[in-house]
Amino acid sequence: MLDSEVPQEGNSTLGGHRKALYARGDDGKLHIVQSAGWEVEEIVTRQAIDDLLRLTEEARQRVLAGQTSPLEYHMYRVRMDVPLLSQASGVWQWRIRRHFRPAVFASLSPALLARYADAMGLSIEQLKKAD
Amino acid sequence: MDFQHSQASHCESGVMSSMLRHHGLPLSEPMTFGLSSALSFAYLPIIKINGLPLVAYRMPPKAIIKGLQKPLGLKMRFETFRNPAAGVARLNELLADGKIVGLQTSVFWLPYLPEDLRFHFNAHNVLAFGRDQTSGDYLLSDPVAETTVSCPAPDLQRARFAKGALAPKGLLYYPVGQPQTPDWQKVLPAAIKKTTRIMLDAPLPIIGVRGIRHLAKAIEKLDASGDPARTKMFIGQVVRMQEEIGTGGGGFRFIYASFLQEAAELLVRPALNELSETLIDIGDEWREFALATARQIRDRDPLAPKALADKLRQIADREQGFFRDLRRAV
Repeated sequence: MLDSEVPQEGNSTLGGHRKALYARGDDGKLHIVQSAGWEVEEIVTRQAIDDLLRLTEEARQRVLAGQTSPLEYHMYRVRMDVPLLSQASGVWQWRIRRHFRPAVFASLSPALLARYADAMGLSIEQLKKAD
Repeated sequence: MDFQHSQASHCESGVMSSMLRHHGLPLSEPMTFGLSSALSFAYLPIIKINGLPLVAYRMPPKAIIKGLQKPLGLKMRFETFRNPAAGVARLNELLADGKIVGLQTSVFWLPYLPEDLRFHFNAHNVLAFGRDQTSGDYLLSDPVAETTVSCPAPDLQRARFAKGALAPKGLLYYPVGQPQTPDWQKVLPAAIKKTTRIMLDAPLPIIGVRGIRHLAKAIEKLDASGDPARTKMFIGQVVRMQEEIGTGGGGFRFIYASFLQEAAELLVRPALNELSETLIDIGDEWREFALATARQIRDRDPLAPKALADKLRQIADREQGFFRDLRRAV
């Protein structure tokens, strides 16, 4: 990659950051060049983000329809999945899946809710609502 | 001595470059990367990130920090903490002593990073070099950021004690004693040989050049599964690992090429300069692979995993030839 080939087309997922790439200058030496972003990276990052947003929105719809608990919605909203939430909260995966049932979730103890809330950086009040 | 920030392309090599410079041994980022034999390739289908296999273009986290100890006669001290409060107290104590401290953090909890890049990746390295007197915020040098940043204490605590794969457990590290300018004639050939061994002779078929071929096979198999959405997620993940923040482009191949140029000068071996040129070409091929993948994800080209697999095999052949030549050159 030459200096002149370092992409500067912008990448919305960088939020205005510029990143450092190594490229070859006129003297033949590689050195750091700041890049405003490459569309290829924007595409693959957006793809990952959009997938998480889709899961979050689907979970929100199911909460409104009474088919799942706000726990599942918040899990996707903070970009986690069941294995990661299990590691972060110390609750077994099968228990987490059980807590996706609205009736079971409604009867959870404050202590258990606090564990989930803490793992996801939320308050208990936020955890109980899907918005 | 006042701390001096400089932007790097990879967090771990950037942190070590800044830390060594602060302790009186100016080494470039590519030199810390190459000297610790950090270049690699690994396709790890067993380790899943959001349900997709891990692809790495470098050695595992901490390999750079640990790998620099021997060539530089440096002793790094690593401390982890079961109790977050103890970890916070220890960091404050070291900063009050005027030390600069390396920290392992989770990207997700660092508020100064762009929202869209904050995934649950637990092995991001930053340097702490002080605290704001009034707000108590930590002053950080994050190698991938253009300038120094500040981070509120509760956020940094969360980032240091995040759970999950590669959990940092509050890890902090700093050098004990003074790093020495090494005997380049000895350490550089050793470091380069180690990288060629990793790329060519790894006993597992998922590491090194064979790992690239293994990944090609896995991508080819996606063809038959007939689930285009999943295929696209899989190939998108490979490109994210290769290009997203912290690789210097081309899955670290350009950083390593820069290291080879430095080594050519220090060892007075022009052959390494020619090899560096070849590696720049290979890095460009990785970028072509990324471009072809992104076009297929966006349906600008028809989805064709077979074509991507063929491109990967072509890269694998070139890397095999390159590392064999590199082995002969040192």
